[in-house]
Amino acid sequence: MTVLSAKNITMQFGGLTAVDQFNLELSANELVGLIGPNGAGKTTIFNMLTGVYVPTVGEIVLNDQSIIKKTPHEIVKLGASRTFQNIRLFKDLTAVENVKIAYHNFIDYNMIQGMFRTKKFWDEEKKAQEECMKLLDIFDMGEYADTLAKNLPYGQQRKLEIARALASDPKVLMLDEPAAGMNPNETAELMETIHFIRNKFDITVLLIEHDMKLVMGICERIIVVDYGKTIAEGTPDEIKNNPDVIRAYLGD
Amino acid sequence: MDHNKKKAYLVNTIAVVVLYLVFFVLIQTKTMNNYFVGIAIMTCIMIIMAMSLNIVAGFLGEMALGHAGFMAIGAYASASFSMALIDSGLPLPHLVILILAMIVGGIVAGVFGFLIGTPTLRLRGDYLGIVTIGFSEIIRIFFINFGPTGGAAGLKGITRLVNFHNVYWVTIVIAFLIFTLGRSKQGRAIISIREDEIASEAAGIPTTRYKVLAFSLAAFFAGVGGALYAHYQSFLEPSKFGFMFSIEMFVIVVLGGLGSLTGSIISAIVLTVLPEMLRSFAEYRLLVYSLVLIIMMIFRPQGIFGRSEFSLTAFIESLIQRKNIKNSIGGGEAS
Repeated sequence: MTVLSAKNITMQFGGLTAVDQFNLELSANELVGLIGPNGAGKTTIFNMLTGVYVPTVGEIVLNDQSIIKKTPHEIVKLGASRTFQNIRLFKDLTAVENVKIAYHNFIDYNMIQGMFRTKKFWDEEKKAQEECMKLLDIFDMGEYADTLAKNLPYGQQRKLEIARALASDPKVLMLDEPAAGMNPNETAELMETIHFIRNKFDITVLLIEHDMKLVMGICERIIVVDYGKTIAEGTPDEIKNNPDVIRAYLGD
Repeated sequence: MDHNKKKAYLVNTIAVVVLYLVFFVLIQTKTMNNYFVGIAIMTCIMIIMAMSLNIVAGFLGEMALGHAGFMAIGAYASASFSMALIDSGLPLPHLVILILAMIVGGIVAGVFGFLIGTPTLRLRGDYLGIVTIGFSEIIRIFFINFGPTGGAAGLKGITRLVNFHNVYWVTIVIAFLIFTLGRSKQGRAIISIREDEIASEAAGIPTTRYKVLAFSLAAFFAGVGGALYAHYQSFLEPSKFGFMFSIEMFVIVVLGGLGSLTGSIISAIVLTVLPEMLRSFAEYRLLVYSLVLIIMMIFRPQGIFGRSEFSLTAFIESLIQRKNIKNSIGGGEAS
């Protein structure tokens, strides 16, 4: 079953074609890697899939609904959430508040009830607190719940961003370089975490990564892009030996 | 509601009532003359203005320099309403008229906040600041030239409905509402926009809607503040709602700490009472006032409280703890 598909999406910035007729099909519960040299257009693809950019041409379908011209928050509601290459947390809020903000759509009370603190407010807030703590506990971050996001160690910040992305209950989780800046131990731990959440939440994961150990280690399928075009697609072993990929990374 | 929350509610309620009783006694025994009561009323109004501005400047993190404009709309709308209501001869108690006038002033200002916020909130930072200045100037000039509300000569004959007792409780209620707003899911959504708008959108927050909401709410409470002002002064002149008045409110919020409501309250008290206390220095008082601001910004640029709130319960607990430590040390020496 296809969860997310992109057909011939192209993104032009003035005269520059950043992404050229890119195609993507993500099935349920898949773990797919998107790799390519710097400037290949990986993040641009992400930005189109999450509604930050509107593709110049092409069609993107998420859960049988077109998401072209939908705003990012509408796409989140439809079931795709993401993390960022340079961590974007709500720095001056605590870890649990960060998660609660993404849990927003599941908290059911209106502004008047919130301002006058009716029973519904207390019930819903209690539920939200419990659910968000559960999510933090999955990432072993329960102890950091009341720490300001900016004071968390780097690895924990990365994990918190993933936890926040999961709080909106997505079908597709897109991770933009989750292992950037991590040491080998943290990367190994992250690999386990990604594997675990894929199975636990039964979601599709699409990730951009430069760390080949991570990509080759956990992805079932890899898509390689260069100059905005797909140059190879296949299992990690196929990609490793693909002459086009080797040329793109190492030159002729 | 857990035990700690209940305790916090109890402590704060007691503090609010005790403070009221202190003022009540002072006013009844004439220890506070009319001049000081007047300052107290103006302080309450400024607290409302500063807290409402804090929704935009502190929670949403946008520069809004036209708050006096919304106050003017609320003041004129509510004054026109109450004058018409009293003229109609309905035998309503004064308190009811005041409450209705506040609601009318708030709603009219809130609607204007919505109308102005919707197109302008695409702008950010200093650009939005300039647009809001322009807006409040339009309002002021409109009222200078608008005949039915007295034009430049001002609107006279508003019944004086505000006294210290009702303005105090209105301030408490508004403080409570804005405080709870900041701790509700709507408040969190607004604060997340301040922290990182892109991340907020990616977390599923409809950022445009919440920006407009914050702007309208701030305008609503500013309108209520304007209504209180109109029914306290019983005379409105457009020149009062100039650019400098907006700046004054912005200064209060920045000095108290952007995002801290208790900071806004304390800073509104200091900055309203201080110029009055310095009246004997005549023209030098503006110099002192400015100096206070400069020194403050050099040594504590985040404002008195930064983004944190002053918690009475935590304060009392720390006092008790300190006493306990002292007692245990004292006990140790004795034994």
